Amino acid sequence: MSDPTSHIPGDAISEADIRKVARLSRLTLSDDEVSLFQERLSAVVAYVRRIQSVDLSGVEPLAHIGDATNRFAPDVPGPVLSNETLMRMAPESDGPFIAVPKVLGDGGGA
Amino acid sequence: MQSAAAIAAQVGMRATSAVAVTTAALARAAAASSLNALTQVFPEKALAHAARVDVAIAAGAALPLAGVPVVIKDNIVLGPDLHEPGDNQGIGGRTTCGSRMLEKYESPFTATAAQKLINAGAIIIGKSNLDEFAMGSSGENSAFGPTRNPHDPTRVPGGSSSGSAVSVAAGIAPIALGSDTGGSIRQPAGHCGIVGVKPTYGRVSRYGLVAFASSLDQIGPFATTVEDAARVLEVICGEDPHDSTSAARSTEPWSSTVNTPIENLTLGVPRQARSDSNHPGVTRTLDDTLAAYVSAGAKIVDIDQPLMDEGIAAYYIVAAAEASSNLARFDGVRYGHRAALRPDESLQDLYCRSRSEGFGTEVKRRIMLGTHVLSSGYYDAYYTTALKVRRRLLADFTSAFQQCHAVLMPASPGPAFKIGEKTSDPLALYLEDVYTVAVNLAGLPGMTIPAGWANEGGSRLPIGMQIICPAFEEGRMLRIARTLERARTA
Repeated sequence: MSDPTSHIPGDAISEADIRKVARLSRLTLSDDEVSLFQERLSAVVAYVRRIQSVDLSGVEPLAHIGDATNRFAPDVPGPVLSNETLMRMAPESDGPFIAVPKVLGDGGGA
Repeated sequence: MQSAAAIAAQVGMRATSAVAVTTAALARAAAASSLNALTQVFPEKALAHAARVDVAIAAGAALPLAGVPVVIKDNIVLGPDLHEPGDNQGIGGRTTCGSRMLEKYESPFTATAAQKLINAGAIIIGKSNLDEFAMGSSGENSAFGPTRNPHDPTRVPGGSSSGSAVSVAAGIAPIALGSDTGGSIRQPAGHCGIVGVKPTYGRVSRYGLVAFASSLDQIGPFATTVEDAARVLEVICGEDPHDSTSAARSTEPWSSTVNTPIENLTLGVPRQARSDSNHPGVTRTLDDTLAAYVSAGAKIVDIDQPLMDEGIAAYYIVAAAEASSNLARFDGVRYGHRAALRPDESLQDLYCRSRSEGFGTEVKRRIMLGTHVLSSGYYDAYYTTALKVRRRLLADFTSAFQQCHAVLMPASPGPAFKIGEKTSDPLALYLEDVYTVAVNLAGLPGMTIPAGWANEGGSRLPIGMQIICPAFEEGRMLRIARTLERARTA
């Protein structure tokens, strides 16, 4: 799967990169954390970039060891966790529902 | 502390009781509390289960781990009905993953590997501390404080299965379960001077192991002897309908075959593992280990693993990528920590604030690294490239196994380091894993066996050697390990 915008990444991660990655990761960072993560992640990225100098022509990616094929289970009912059990794990609920802040409008999702 | 084999034999012939053995283990756990190895201890429930095991033994049951106290890494879930469905006297407890995010989390179900231990008569006495979500190589990343090395409490025990390794090394329990994603069983086993086994990917069900990097994670045992580790593997291995990546391979009687040495044994040592950057104690222990094998009739050959450094890079890309995806489930909605919002805050704020409050620094760093390497524009350059390195690493092992029965190298480049020594430099800590990560990327079985000692800063610290075999050759690996164990105790 080739990404047309793909490129060999250049210099250290910028502050804007960190803020973008934090947003994609659903993490809120303070300004101090932004500069700390920028410094630490830049060092890590500088290290891991060494893989780009390996000659990998003709090598196929290996995402998963083993036969990674779907396995079918017999279509018979078995024991399942009850709604009550699962609802007990939710930190906030309202009757039979899990409570969340408003989803529509500008409070919404991604 | 007696071995698991000795305890099971004595409980089985009623020379002692599971209750007596459990009582003693609980006392040892309390006495060793300053090591911070356990996140929870279950005295009443463990004793109640031990009493049930004693009743079963009296009724004629044959249980391979009868009355053996065990400790479970706190990223492996125990449900409330652990002993019998509907039995609310079961253990359950919390599964914290060493994280504020799951500080109060109680699982509704039990991990297959833990259930198999219980079914074999083992007594779970507690859950063990770990680097948060198993991310770390020192045991310092837990939200519940660092675990300490029993050989020198100012030093780390290694990680991420820090508390499991310490529980066995400190003599709290003869057996513990850990998980190994890039060395998290083998590295702390080395730093603590005990046996630790990372089975072949797929050997042990991951059902109930909180996912870090699903293509790398594997549950395995810590033990004081090779035979005990073999006995636990016999119990916990096997296909599980709840884990589609578990392998359809039957278990083998490893604990009885372990004493048969491999004939004409050939061991391969990577040239790259004879590094000048190894601690002198590691270099000496490697030489001593090879000499011991040669005395036992083995032949040693040099092999090449040219991508050892690139392997670390590939590992941290793949593991972080999978972690960023797996940990997306912690959203403050269905379970785990939920931030207290102001009325004007949105669902988006709930996600971001719950995650930012719940996760520690190293977990955030890996989620962000994983998100970065998977993001548009970087995906091919990092993630796809790392997966190609992964295939090369597997190919290098495959060609090594044409020349040798097993690859032998240190578990880590140095002995246990001081608490705080590497906390300000994550990269230095990542390099701890240079000898362990390729095994996970290649899906192979690997184990650490105590092999010698290093003197460092006035302390005498254990050094472990690692044995790596082809996929599903745990039997061979254990027999090779036993040869060294026999030579060292002779």
